[in-house]
Amino acid sequence: MSGIVPAPIARQPWQMLFPLIVLIGFGALVLFSAAAGSWTPYASSHIVRFAVFLVMAFVLARFTRELAMFLAFPIYAIVLVMLVAVEAIGFVGGGSQRWLDLGFMQLQPSELMKPAIVLVLARFYSTLPIGMIPTWRALVPAAGLILTPVALVLLQPDLGTSLAILFGGAVVMFAAGLPMRWFLGAALTGAVLAPVAFFFGLQPYQQKRVFTFLDPESDPLGDGYHITQSKIAIGSGGFSGKGFNEGSQSHLHYLPEPHTDFIFATMAEEWGFVGGLVVIGAFAIIFAWGLSVARGSADRFGKLIALGMTATVFFYVAINLMMVMGLAPVVGIPLPFMSHGGSSMLTNMICIGSLMMVHRWNRKAPRAGLIR
Amino acid sequence: MRLSKRAKPREVVTQSTLDNAFDRRTFVIGTAMGGLGVLLAARMGYIAIAENEKYELESESNRVNLSLIPPRRGWILDRNGAPLASNRADFRVDIIPDRTPDTEATIAALTKILSLDENHAADIRKHIDDGPGYQPVEIASGITYDEFAAVSVRLPDLPGVVPQRGFSRFYPTGPSVGHLIGYVGTANAEEYAEQDRNPLLVTPGYKIGKDALEMQFEQELRGVPGARRVEVTAAGRIVRDLETREDVQGDPVRLTIDGPLQDYAARRIGLESGSVVVMDCDTGDLLCMASMPSFDPNSFSQGIGRVEYAMLRDDERVPLRNKVLKGLYPPGSTVKPMHCMAFLDAGIKPDEAIMCGGGRRIGNRFFNCWSNHGRVDMAKAIYQSCDSYFYHFAQQIGFAKVAEWAHKMGLGEEFPLPVVSQFFGTVPSPEWKQRRHESEWQPYDTVNSSIGQGYYLTSPLQLAVMSARMATGYKVMPRLHLTGEKPRFEHFDFSPEEIGYVRQAMSDVVNGPGTAGRARLPFDDIKMAGKTGTAQVVSLSVSNGKTGPWKYRDHGLFVFFAPFDKPKYAGAVVIEHGGGSGAAYPIARDVMTFAFDPVKGMEALRPLEEQWGGTAQQRLSSKYRAYAAAQGETVPPAPTRDEDIFDQVEAEARLAARQPEKIAEQSTPSRVDDRTPEEISRSSAATVARAGADGNTE
Repeated sequence: MSGIVPAPIARQPWQMLFPLIVLIGFGALVLFSAAAGSWTPYASSHIVRFAVFLVMAFVLARFTRELAMFLAFPIYAIVLVMLVAVEAIGFVGGGSQRWLDLGFMQLQPSELMKPAIVLVLARFYSTLPIGMIPTWRALVPAAGLILTPVALVLLQPDLGTSLAILFGGAVVMFAAGLPMRWFLGAALTGAVLAPVAFFFGLQPYQQKRVFTFLDPESDPLGDGYHITQSKIAIGSGGFSGKGFNEGSQSHLHYLPEPHTDFIFATMAEEWGFVGGLVVIGAFAIIFAWGLSVARGSADRFGKLIALGMTATVFFYVAINLMMVMGLAPVVGIPLPFMSHGGSSMLTNMICIGSLMMVHRWNRKAPRAGLIR
Repeated sequence: MRLSKRAKPREVVTQSTLDNAFDRRTFVIGTAMGGLGVLLAARMGYIAIAENEKYELESESNRVNLSLIPPRRGWILDRNGAPLASNRADFRVDIIPDRTPDTEATIAALTKILSLDENHAADIRKHIDDGPGYQPVEIASGITYDEFAAVSVRLPDLPGVVPQRGFSRFYPTGPSVGHLIGYVGTANAEEYAEQDRNPLLVTPGYKIGKDALEMQFEQELRGVPGARRVEVTAAGRIVRDLETREDVQGDPVRLTIDGPLQDYAARRIGLESGSVVVMDCDTGDLLCMASMPSFDPNSFSQGIGRVEYAMLRDDERVPLRNKVLKGLYPPGSTVKPMHCMAFLDAGIKPDEAIMCGGGRRIGNRFFNCWSNHGRVDMAKAIYQSCDSYFYHFAQQIGFAKVAEWAHKMGLGEEFPLPVVSQFFGTVPSPEWKQRRHESEWQPYDTVNSSIGQGYYLTSPLQLAVMSARMATGYKVMPRLHLTGEKPRFEHFDFSPEEIGYVRQAMSDVVNGPGTAGRARLPFDDIKMAGKTGTAQVVSLSVSNGKTGPWKYRDHGLFVFFAPFDKPKYAGAVVIEHGGGSGAAYPIARDVMTFAFDPVKGMEALRPLEEQWGGTAQQRLSSKYRAYAAAQGETVPPAPTRDEDIFDQVEAEARLAARQPEKIAEQSTPSRVDDRTPEEISRSSAATVARAGADGNTE
C-alpha cells in the first residue's frame, strides 16, 4: 500500500472496480453499436449515469455501520410507502404501474426495494438474539418484511422484480442460519404449488411466455421471436464475432430490445464467444469479491448485507443471461452494468456502494480470531 | 449438515455455530453461482461454436432477402419475324394482401396517389377478396415514373405494396390476334399447386400463358428468372443490393401466321361475327386464323376489368370463343366440289349429266333444288351449285364413299396443331348414324348430306384444309409453328386433268357464270376459285334466313383458293348468321386482294372501316366505353403507343413495306380512340343503325 499511488486511491477495492469499469466500457461500446454506430442516445448517457452513480456509491461507502443500522428500517418504510403510492397514483406505463413520476425523474420504487429488503433483513437478523434463530420468531417478521413488498410488486404486476426481491430476501435468511429444513420444506411446497400458481396466478401473457420458452420454435414469428432471434444473434457470432458494428441481427432490427434486455445477444453477435467469456468472467470476479467481502466481515450485519447485495446483482445477471440463451422464459430483466437504463443502474450501483461500504468497515475492523 | 438435523429437543445455536453455518452456506451459494456461470459459458459455447453454422445460416436468411426477377417472356413472332406478342417495359404496383393489415386504407391511399377511378378500385377489391392472400394483386401497371416514385417513397406507410419496374405483355394488333394468341395472367391457386408451388408463379408481376398459343408454348416462352439478393431490415425495408443475377428471356416462338394478313382479315370481318382462315398451299402454313368479334388480349393480360368481362360474356356473338377452331357449322354447298372429287374417284365421268327440273326424285320422294338448272354436268353442278346433281350421284355411289373422301379431305378430322382445343365436328355416314343414333341410314340422309346439310358439321379450319387439298391434290397438313423444313405431303390419286377440271369449275363460280360473280379479284392476271355455301340455321317456317332476327339468319360460307390455276393460297370464310354466302365471299375477295396487293386491299378496307366506326380495336374500345357508360362507370382512354416496332404486324405495315412513298401521302388513322364516352355512345348507335341497313350489301 505504498508507492506513487496515493493511499485514498490505492485502498479502493480495485479488484472489483477494474472489472466493473471493463463491463461499463464494454457496455458502452455495445450500446454505441446498438445505436447504429452512434454515441447517442445510449452509450454517452450510459457512461454519464455510471459516473454519477459511482460518485453516489463512494458516498454510500462512507456511511458508518451505526448509520446504516439506524437507517435500515426508515429506508425500508419509505420505499414501502412509495410502492403503495405507485399503486395509488403511479401512472400506467408498459401495461403495468411501475413508475412514480417525481417531477425531475421517473422512479421505479420496486427497483429500490431490492437493496432495501437486503438491508432491512440484515438489520433484523443482526439484532435478533442468537437463541431465537431456530424459532418462529426468526421467521415470521422476516417473512412479513419480504412478502409485503413482494405482494405490492406483484400487484403492478411485475413478476420479475418480485422474484428478485424474494430471492434477495431468501438468500439473506439462508445465510442468517435459519434451519435448513425450512428451506427444504419451502422448496417442496414451492414445487407443489408452482403449477397451481402458474395456472391461477399468472397473467395470460406470462403463461404464454412460459409456453414459448418451453418450445420457442412453435411460434418463431410470434412469441418465440425474441428467444429465436437472440439465439440466432449469439449463435451466428461464433468464436470471435462478426466484428464491431457488423452485427446484422441488431443493426437490421431482427433482435428486439438490442440495447436493454438483449444487450448480451447484441454483444455476442459482434464479439463472439470471446466477448461472452469476458463478460461472464468480469461478473465472476465481481461476485467473488462480493462473497469475499461477506466472508471478511466481522459482524453479522455486514456479512448479511454483503451476501444479500451480491445475490441481488447475481440474480439479475443469471436470469438475464439464461433468458438470452434460451434457458429461461422472457422476463424483462436487464443485464447489470451493460444494459441501457437508469433504474437498474441505480439499483446495481446501490448494491456495489453497499458492498464498498462493508468492505470499508472490514478494513477498519478486520475479522480476527480474538476481536469481535 | 448439523443444523438441518433434528437436534433434540431444541438446537443450541451459538455465535460460532452461526458463523460456521454462514461460511458453509456462503460457500454453497458461491459454488452455485460458479456452477451457473460455468453452465452459462458452456451454453454459450454450444450455441456460438457447436451450432454456429446453423445460426449463421439463419442470420443470413434473416438478413438477405432473395427475390426473383420475373423473366421476360419470349416474343411470339409472325412468319416474317414481326412480334404478334411482345413485352413493354413499364412501372407497376402490386399489393400482397397477406402482408397488408388494412387493405381498405392502403387501397384508399393508393387510389389517391395513382388517381385511380372508383371502377378500377372496385376491381382491385374484388380481386383481393377472391384470390389467395399470398398472391400479389395488380394495383396498376403502365404508370408513369412520377407515380412510381410517389408510391416508392410512401412505402413505409403502405405495408404489402410492391412497386417495381417490369414488363407487361403487349399485343400490337389487340383483338385481331385475341383468339389465336390467347393472353397471359397471374397464376391462380390451382396452377400454383400444379407446378409444385414454384415461387416464380407468385412473384409480383409474373404472368403465365392462360389460353391458346401463350398457354401451349408456355415452357418455351417462360425463360429463366433472375434473382436479386438484397439486405433487408426486420420491417422489410431494403438496405442495399447485394448481388443480382439477370433473367434470361424466354425463347421466341415463330408462327406461320402472316401478321398483317391476320390483322387485315380480322378487321375486314367488320361488324360481322365470323372467321377467316388462309393457308399456304405448298407448305400448309396457316397464314391467317382470324376470329371475330374477339377480345383485346391486352385487357386480359392486365387483369381484365369486371365491367369489360361482363360485356364480353353477355355478347350473343360470343367474343370469347375461337370460331376458327371451335365454331361448327353445316358446310352447305362448300363441300360440293369435294363431293365431286369423290364422284370422280368412284368412276363418274365429268360429262355425265342429269336433268335438274327444279329438283329430283330420289327413292319415292321428290327433293327440291334451289332452282331449275336443266341439263347439269359436273362443272355446271359446281358453278351453279345445283343440288339435284348431288342428290343423284351421291345416291348412286353411296354416301359411305363420299364420307370417306370427306375425311380424307380433312373434314371430321383433328390436326396436330399447338392449340388448346379444336372441335372435329361431324361427317355423317351410315356407319356413323348407326353408332351415334342407332338408326338406319335413309335416302333423305344422303340427300341432306350430299349438299352439306343434315348432320354435317365442320369448322372453318377444316374447310380451309379441304380447300387446300382440293386445290393441290395433295394431303396438305396445316401447321402453325414455323420450322425451317418444307413439309412433304402425300398425293391423292387424281390425274392432273381431273384436278384441273374441278379448279376450272370453281374458277367459274367466281369468274364465269357462277354464284359468286362479285368475288372476282381486281387483277387481270390472278383469278380466284371458290365455292359458296349457305347453311340454314332454322327451318324456313321460322325465318327465310336472309332477314329477320340476327340469330335466325343463315350462315354464309365460302371456300377459295388462288390463283386458280397454280394455287398459292387456300382458305375459308364463315360468317355466322350472315344471311347467306353473300356475306362471306366479299371478305374472301378482299383478303386475297390484300394478300396479292396490299395497297388495293387497304383501299377496299378503308371506306368500310370509316363506315363501321373505326378499326376492330377502336370499335372494341368504344364499345366497351359505351357499355361502361351505360352501366354508369367511366373508363379512361386507352394508353397510346409510342414504339414503332409494334406497328409491323398491322395491315398498314405491309403498305409501308411495299410502297413507302404512297403511305407518306395517306394519313393512317390512329388506332387509338380518344373520344369521350358520350361521343361514342352517339356515334356507335348511328354506326350500328347504318350497318344494319347497308353493312351486308356487298
